[in-house]
Amino acid sequence: MSEKIETLTDATFDEHVKSSDVPVLVDFWAEWCGPCKMISPVLEEIAEEHAGKIRIGKLNIDDNLDVTRRFDVMSIPTLILFKDGEPQVRLIGAKPKGQLLEEISAYL
Amino acid sequence: MPEGAPTAHRPEHRKVVIIGSGPAGLTAALYTARAQLEPLVIEGEPSSTSDQPGGQLMLTTEVENYPGFVDGIMGPELMGIMRAQALRFDAELRVAKVSRLELGPRPFELWIGDPAADAPTVTADAVIVATGARSLMLGVANEARLLGYGVSTCATCDGFFFRDQHIAVAGGGDSAIEEASFLTRFASKVTIIHRRDQLRASKIMQERAFANPKIEFRWNSVVTDILGDTKVAGLRLRDTVSGQESELDATGLFVAIGHEPNSSLLKGQVELADNGYVRTFDGTTRTSVEGVFACGDVQDDYYRQAVTSAGSGCMAAIDAERWLETQGE
Repeated sequence: MSEKIETLTDATFDEHVKSSDVPVLVDFWAEWCGPCKMISPVLEEIAEEHAGKIRIGKLNIDDNLDVTRRFDVMSIPTLILFKDGEPQVRLIGAKPKGQLLEEISAYL
Repeated sequence: MPEGAPTAHRPEHRKVVIIGSGPAGLTAALYTARAQLEPLVIEGEPSSTSDQPGGQLMLTTEVENYPGFVDGIMGPELMGIMRAQALRFDAELRVAKVSRLELGPRPFELWIGDPAADAPTVTADAVIVATGARSLMLGVANEARLLGYGVSTCATCDGFFFRDQHIAVAGGGDSAIEEASFLTRFASKVTIIHRRDQLRASKIMQERAFANPKIEFRWNSVVTDILGDTKVAGLRLRDTVSGQESELDATGLFVAIGHEPNSSLLKGQVELADNGYVRTFDGTTRTSVEGVFACGDVQDDYYRQAVTSAGSGCMAAIDAERWLETQGE
């Protein structure tokens, strides 16, 4: 995994998204999910290309049920963009890079 | 590439371009790579519902009938292995989607990105079409709105979220039964909603489903509406025989009612059957256009197995290789 992508947990999630000066895009994922695997490289590219403007974090739903339930995630991959700790954009399902960037473009 | 720059640069040329990266596309890649044809595989783009890289197996659970894996293997893992094997022989895989295809000129022309661009992105002496098929949706009210909020097309992705809940599966074929069986790991109960009074699924899958105490059936029934404001709270069903409407208290709906081929790129360019599948000829993978070959689910509305797709991918590679030889470079 790219160093640009941070690993979030139930314990670190709040602190992480609230203290960030830039928006945080959180990828809710699991090892057993095929479409999650497809978007991994896309997220790494975005993290590289937009470093400084956005942070990307991955939250493994198997290990972090609290946060997963709190945001009513019912399908993975789900991407939620947080600004000042509040969810702004929610994307469900794997999507091509172009479409993903378009949906979060207002925050880049 | 700078924006607005003239597209006068020459498109990249390949002997073989393969469109699609399911079992058919990756097997065609493996064989053409080993035949030193330096194939380019245009894989498709990430999606949870359509023609994604790796194909339909990226959305499935345990694959128990792919030879060579005694204990079965998860779909995404199998595709990862096929990918690695094609890469080992230097096939080039690109995560991108073909937006336009011109099969009139020689070499054939393919566009990635803007389909209105003057010049194609890639040209190819031979094209292997392995774009597969996608899941049909029900097309009922609220389905799109609740997709990801209780409506799902991917049991492996989403089954986890329905622990101890009542899940409905629409469909009666192998994929529906396989999903239903998988979902019993999580659900308190799984109801299979099927519009006929018997299943299309294979015998072994049927027996397994009938023996599973968590699986119930609603025969001769179709979903007419999905209820719920922010997530699925129930389904409205109609009995196809009596016409009577009823409600089912399921909180999840997995759709597995069948497939349609990803053949829209080819419309008007190669001969398609009435149901949209690409026609191939004489038991080969040849299409109505010389130099264009089709394999996997885009040309198969009957067998539709990972192993038959892989097999036809091999056939397409061999058909393409032999055809290229006759073109005498």
